[in-house]
Amino acid sequence: MQQTPLLEVKNIACERGDHRLFSGLNFTLAPGELMQVQGANGSGKTTLLRTLCGFVQPVQGSVHWCGQDIGEWDDDFHAEMCYLGHLNAIKDELSALENLQMSAGLAGYTVSDQQAVAALRRMGLQRREHLPVRVLSQGQRRRVALARLLIGDAHLWILDEPLTALDVGAVGLMQELIGEHLSNGGMTIFTTHQPLQVSGVQTRQLMLS
Amino acid sequence: MAINWFKYSAPSTFYGLAGKLIPFFAWPAVILFAIGLYIGFFVAPTDAVQSEAYRIIFIHVPASILSMFIYLIMAGYAALGLIFNTRLSSMMAQALAPTGALFAFISLWTGALWGKPMWGAWWVWDARLTSELILLFLYLGFIALQASIEDPRRADKASALLAIVGSVNVPIIYFSVKWWNTLHQGATIKMTGTSMHVAMQQAMFIVLVACWLYVIAVALARVRSIILERERNTQWVSELKEVR
Amino acid sequence: MNKLSLFGLLGLVIRRDLLLAMRRRADVLTTLIFFVMVVSLFPLGVGPEPEMLRKMASGVVWVAALLASMLSLPRMFSADHADGTLEQMMLAPQSLSVLVLGKILAHWTLSGLPLALIAPVLGLQFDMSVQALWILVLALLLGTPVLSMIGAVGAALTLGLRGGGVLVSLLVLPLCIPVLIFGAGAVEAVNGGMSAVSNLALLGAFTLFALVFTPFVAAQALRISME
Repeated sequence: MQQTPLLEVKNIACERGDHRLFSGLNFTLAPGELMQVQGANGSGKTTLLRTLCGFVQPVQGSVHWCGQDIGEWDDDFHAEMCYLGHLNAIKDELSALENLQMSAGLAGYTVSDQQAVAALRRMGLQRREHLPVRVLSQGQRRRVALARLLIGDAHLWILDEPLTALDVGAVGLMQELIGEHLSNGGMTIFTTHQPLQVSGVQTRQLMLS
Repeated sequence: MAINWFKYSAPSTFYGLAGKLIPFFAWPAVILFAIGLYIGFFVAPTDAVQSEAYRIIFIHVPASILSMFIYLIMAGYAALGLIFNTRLSSMMAQALAPTGALFAFISLWTGALWGKPMWGAWWVWDARLTSELILLFLYLGFIALQASIEDPRRADKASALLAIVGSVNVPIIYFSVKWWNTLHQGATIKMTGTSMHVAMQQAMFIVLVACWLYVIAVALARVRSIILERERNTQWVSELKEVR
Repeated sequence: MNKLSLFGLLGLVIRRDLLLAMRRRADVLTTLIFFVMVVSLFPLGVGPEPEMLRKMASGVVWVAALLASMLSLPRMFSADHADGTLEQMMLAPQSLSVLVLGKILAHWTLSGLPLALIAPVLGLQFDMSVQALWILVLALLLGTPVLSMIGAVGAALTLGLRGGGVLVSLLVLPLCIPVLIFGAGAVEAVNGGMSAVSNLALLGAFTLFALVFTPFVAAQALRISME
């Protein structure tokens, strides 16, 4: 069954400084679809994802969500997406639990302690909930950041290198989470240098050169 | 005949146009400077109260007027660039800033030279002089911000926002300084009440026009080099005969 | 899961910044100590005559407050910028201006408010009268929010730049001059036997005016800096 695409990228071009990263890029993303952005270092993968978030204005072309330019979407578009960048957006001084509650708050949700603890446990952070993030390992910090995906009901996940610093178990967990998200009608666009396979879903490839 | 003005909003076409226009502003500026200063220094009569020293106002007053006016023009260009995303307007704002700062500085310098014989001190915390000093600070902030951001697009937008905030603030600053000044100095320094001689008015007006033309010529010359610098990787720049 | 309202989000941002500040108290304290130190240096520089000190007290306190608030400005957004939180703030489903307002209010609570509260102690060093002390505190309470608000614009414009700390002072200090004039003027008016109401009213007007515009302008500046 072919769904109508919600995210449409129309003929966009992006630059960094004087350097043209890519141009004439077109693609769409429909519910249940998974897309991997590929390309060498410096080919503009992160810039593309940041353009989809609206941080970067494309030099040409436009990005549409539900048929409307994301620039005109006001802040409602943000309620339907979840972005996870290179940076974890977590504070060393706060505990994992506090961090998750704060980032949920920024995304517009209030979560109870129980819900937050449940999300952190799902990410394999049992008995780490109240520790300051400072004492956690890189992989554990990434898990705290990823726990944000379990909170809220964003349709579109934009994940920039989500698997960085994760061990095999956590990679498997991520594949599981993305699989659930897609089967609930969500969509995911991501970059990675590691293999990421979601069972039962064909990963679409987008090559930047 | 319809002229496509938007054609000239592209840096590549404006570069050539600006080059052709510069002499039309530069030469009249030189000539009017000569005429204005001649009238100011030789024709205008000696002031009864201030004797010969007053003649510095033929430079001081036009410089002060232009330093304030250029800030508004600069903020206007910057706002245009921010709102309509026209690169050329942002470049014009960038090109005007050093000239504006120069005039603010000249205004302060000549103000000090005028102040010494008039008030007996190089610097007096006069409201106008103090506002001029703050204006110079605003120019320096604009130039410093523009210079410290490497990405030209971000530099344009950030400094444009600063210029707009500054221009909203300029009247507030001016009136607070004026109020502060009247509070602190019982007798404010005023221009002598006598009406100005016609030759004085003429000289001042001619020098003002000359400065104005100079600003345009210099801004055009500077915007040309900004265009070259920013577009150095483009085809049309590499085809210019002065570059090759 | 419940949706967070506009005020809920505002409260969250303020709570978060205050919580973070409590976990690294040193930052707040250094600003305060700097303020105390600068004010205390003046008598050493100009001499201890009470007459002169009384005359210059309000000006000294205000200039020191201006400098102290500049000191903490670069930190306003830089930590959130460095760890990616700022990106998440920009993706909040509410207007970025609201989040910026929250950060401004938190910044004022941590920088402006402590200065206003400690100012009377410093005023005593300068032999100020009790009435003048009250006016000084009131003027600082009304005026320092403007420093945080204009400062937010400067901090957002210079986000991530080399030498941003000095640059932000260069941009912000000239714009703060009216606050300095009327803030110090309020105390002088009282010393001169006049009413400070007009000064304080103007300071209040500046605060309201800045409250309306600066969160929006600072949010735009952040968008520019994040691109």
